[in-house]
Amino acid sequence: MSVRADAWPRPPETWRLPSRGPVGMACLILAEAAIFTIFVVAYLFYLGKSATGPQPKDVLEFPLLMSLCLFSSSATITFAVDALRKGKLGAFRAWWAATIALAVAFLAGTGLEWRHLIVDKGLTIRTNLFGTTYYSLVGLHAFHVIVGTLFFLVVLGLALAGRVAREHAERTHVLALYWHFVDAVWVVVLTVVYVIGR
Amino acid sequence: MSSESLPLAAAGAGTDRRLRWLETLHGWVTTVDHKRLGILYVVYGIVFLAVGGVEATIMRIQLAVPNNHFVTPQVFNRMMTMHGTTMVFLVGVPILFGFANYLVPLMIGARDMAFPRLNAFGFWATAFGGLLLYFSFLGGEGLYGAGSAPDVGWFAYAPLTARAFSRGHSTDYWTLAIFVMGLGTIGTALNIVTTTVCLRCPGMKLTRMPLLVWMMVTMSAMTLVVMTPLSAAQIMLSIDRYLGGHFFDTQAGGSAVLWQHFFWIFGHPEVYVLIIPGFAFVSEILPVFSRKAIFGYPAMVAATVGIGFLSMGVWAHHMFTVGMSSHANTFFALTTMAVGIPTGIKIFNWLGTLWGGKIRFAVPMLFCLGFLFQFLIAGLTGIMLASVPFDWQLSDSYFVVAHFHYVLIGGLVMTIFGAIYYWFPKATGRMLSERLGRWHFWLFVIGFHLTFDTMHIPGMLGMPRRIYTYEADRGWGVFNLICTLGVVFQGVAILIFLWNVARSLAKGKIAGNDPWDAWTLEWVVTSPPPAYNFAKVPVVQSRRPLWDFKHPDDPDWKYE
Repeated sequence: MSVRADAWPRPPETWRLPSRGPVGMACLILAEAAIFTIFVVAYLFYLGKSATGPQPKDVLEFPLLMSLCLFSSSATITFAVDALRKGKLGAFRAWWAATIALAVAFLAGTGLEWRHLIVDKGLTIRTNLFGTTYYSLVGLHAFHVIVGTLFFLVVLGLALAGRVAREHAERTHVLALYWHFVDAVWVVVLTVVYVIGR
Repeated sequence: MSSESLPLAAAGAGTDRRLRWLETLHGWVTTVDHKRLGILYVVYGIVFLAVGGVEATIMRIQLAVPNNHFVTPQVFNRMMTMHGTTMVFLVGVPILFGFANYLVPLMIGARDMAFPRLNAFGFWATAFGGLLLYFSFLGGEGLYGAGSAPDVGWFAYAPLTARAFSRGHSTDYWTLAIFVMGLGTIGTALNIVTTTVCLRCPGMKLTRMPLLVWMMVTMSAMTLVVMTPLSAAQIMLSIDRYLGGHFFDTQAGGSAVLWQHFFWIFGHPEVYVLIIPGFAFVSEILPVFSRKAIFGYPAMVAATVGIGFLSMGVWAHHMFTVGMSSHANTFFALTTMAVGIPTGIKIFNWLGTLWGGKIRFAVPMLFCLGFLFQFLIAGLTGIMLASVPFDWQLSDSYFVVAHFHYVLIGGLVMTIFGAIYYWFPKATGRMLSERLGRWHFWLFVIGFHLTFDTMHIPGMLGMPRRIYTYEADRGWGVFNLICTLGVVFQGVAILIFLWNVARSLAKGKIAGNDPWDAWTLEWVVTSPPPAYNFAKVPVVQSRRPLWDFKHPDDPDWKYE
C-alpha cells in the first residue's frame, strides 16, 4: 500500500523549534563538562597523596590578575555580540578585539606561572602526583582557552575583511556560549586548585 | 550528494565505465547525506563484525579442548583484547549510530541532520580510528620489538598499560584509536540530539515522536556524558605513558583502582548505549508485525529515560571483588537491581503489544521474538550478578562472559539482524530473501544457545575468564567443546546472511515504498529515498502518520 506524499494535513498555526547552533553548543558543553569532571575528580582524589614534594601550598599563588582578565572577557564578548545584534560593526570589532586581548593576557599569565613553577620551583608533570594532576587540569583548561582564542581570531579576521554583518550575530552568540563555559570551568578550577587544594 | 560529479565526467567521458566507477566512489567518499553516511556506518560495522568474529573463533578453537596449543598465550591475549575492543567500538557503536543516522531524520520528517558536515566527520573519524587500531598488528612492535596488537584486555586495567609492562606501541595504538573514535562518536551523538530537538516536522511533538527516535536521542545524550570520561581517561593514560605522569602509577602514590572507576563510568553506561537502540528496533518492529500500536507509549519513554539516568550510577558493580566498602557495595547492588524495574516495564509493554495482535512471523519479527526471550534470560543473570555475595563467587568467571554475551548477542545482535531485515528494503529498494532469512535465524539461534547457554556451566564450575588454556582434569572440557561447536552454526548463519545480502542486492524482490504496511514517516518516501528525503515537508497529527493516511475514516488523532 502506498500513500501520496504530498497530501499532508494543514500544519499547526504555531510551530517553532530552537535553532540548531545553541542546542549543538549545549551538547558540546555537556560533553566537555564530563571530561572536566573526570580531571577535577582525579585532582581532588590525589590531593595530599604525592609521595614527594613540592606540595601545592609550597608553590601555588592565587592568580588574581589573570582570573580577572578571563572573567571580564566574558563581559566584553557579551557586549560584542550585543553590538553586532544592533548592527554597530565598529563597536563589535572593538569589543571582540578586547576579548582576544584579555584571553591572551590570561594565557600569558598561565605561561608565566608555569615558567615560575618549572624553572624556580622544579615542578614538572613528572615530578609527583601533584605535578601530574595540576598540569593536566590547568593545561586542559588552557587548551580550551587557546582553541577559543583561535576561533576568535578567525572571526576578527573576517570582521576586518568586512565579512561579518548583523545576520551573523547568532553565530558569534554560539561562540560566546562556549566562552562562558570556559569561564565557568575556570571558576571550578580556581576553587579546586587554588582554594581547596591549597 | 548524488548530483555531484567529478570535473572529469564533464569533459564528455561520462560513458566510460571506469570513470563512472570513480564518480560513484567520489560520491560516497565526499557525501554529507545522512542516508549514505548511515549505510557507510552499518557496512563498516558489519565488516568488523566479521573480523571480530574471526578473533572470537580463534579463541574458541584454542579453548575447545584442554591443553591446546593452537595459539600462544600472547596471541590469545591479543585476540581477546582486539575482539572486545572491535565488537564494542567498531561494530556496536558504528552500526547503531548508522541506523540512528539513517532513520532519525526520516522518522521526524527532516531533510538531513542538523550538521551534515560534522556527520561526515564523525563517520570518517570512527573509520580511521578503526584503521589505527588494526594498524597496531603492523606497527605495534615499536623500537623494543615487543608485542604487536594490544594485549591488555579491552578494559586495559592499570598497571598492565604502564610503560614497564606494556613495551612497544601497542597500547598507544589502542589509546589513540579509542580517543579518535570517541571524538567521532561524540560529534555524531551531538548531531542526533540537535537534529531531534531542532528539525522535527510541523506537528511532530515530543509526545508523537516514534519510540525509535526517543531511544536514539536518549542513547546519544548518554553518549555525550559517558564517552567523554573514557576520552579523559585515555588522555591521562597517554600523559602517563608519554610524559611520565603518575595518574595510574602506584609506586608514586597513583591508583590502579581509579582507572577501573574511570573505565567503568564509561563502560557500564556504554552497554546501555548499545542495548537501548536494540530496544528501539524492537519497539518499531513488534507493533508493525502485531498490527497494533505500541502498548504503553508514555511508560516506554519514561522507562527509557529512566534507564538512561539509572545506568550512570551502577558502574562499580564491575568492581565488587576489588574490595570497596560495604556501603559502596550495597549502593551499587541496589542501583543495579533498580535498573531491572524500567527494563521489566519494557518487557511487559512488548508483551502487551503482542497480546491480541494479528502476528505475522516475518524474519524481522522472528529476530525480535528471539530477542524477547533471550534478553529476559540475560537480564535475569544480570540481577543474579548484582547481588554482591553471588558476584564474589562468580566474578571474573565464564558465567560473567556468558551473561554479557547473552545481552550483546542474544539481545543486541538479534535486534540488529531484525533491523537489517526490516529496513534493508527501504535503504536498497529490494527485499531480503525470507527463505534464507529463516535459515539465518534458526541456525543463529541454535548456535547461540549451544555456545552461550553452555558457557554458564564451566563458569559456575570455576573456570576463570581470560585464560588461554586449562588442565584436563577440571571437568570443563566437554562444555568448552560444545561452546566451540555452537560457533560453527553461528558462522554458517552469518555466511548465509552475507549471501542473502549479496544476492538480494542483485535480484531481490522490488520492495516498493511500504513493503511492511508500516506507520512511520520513512515508509512514505520511495525506496531508496531521494537525497532530499521529502519533496514537501510532512505534517503529522498523531504517532502513526501513515495510519492516518491509510485510514482517513478512523485516524489516530481522534483518540489523542
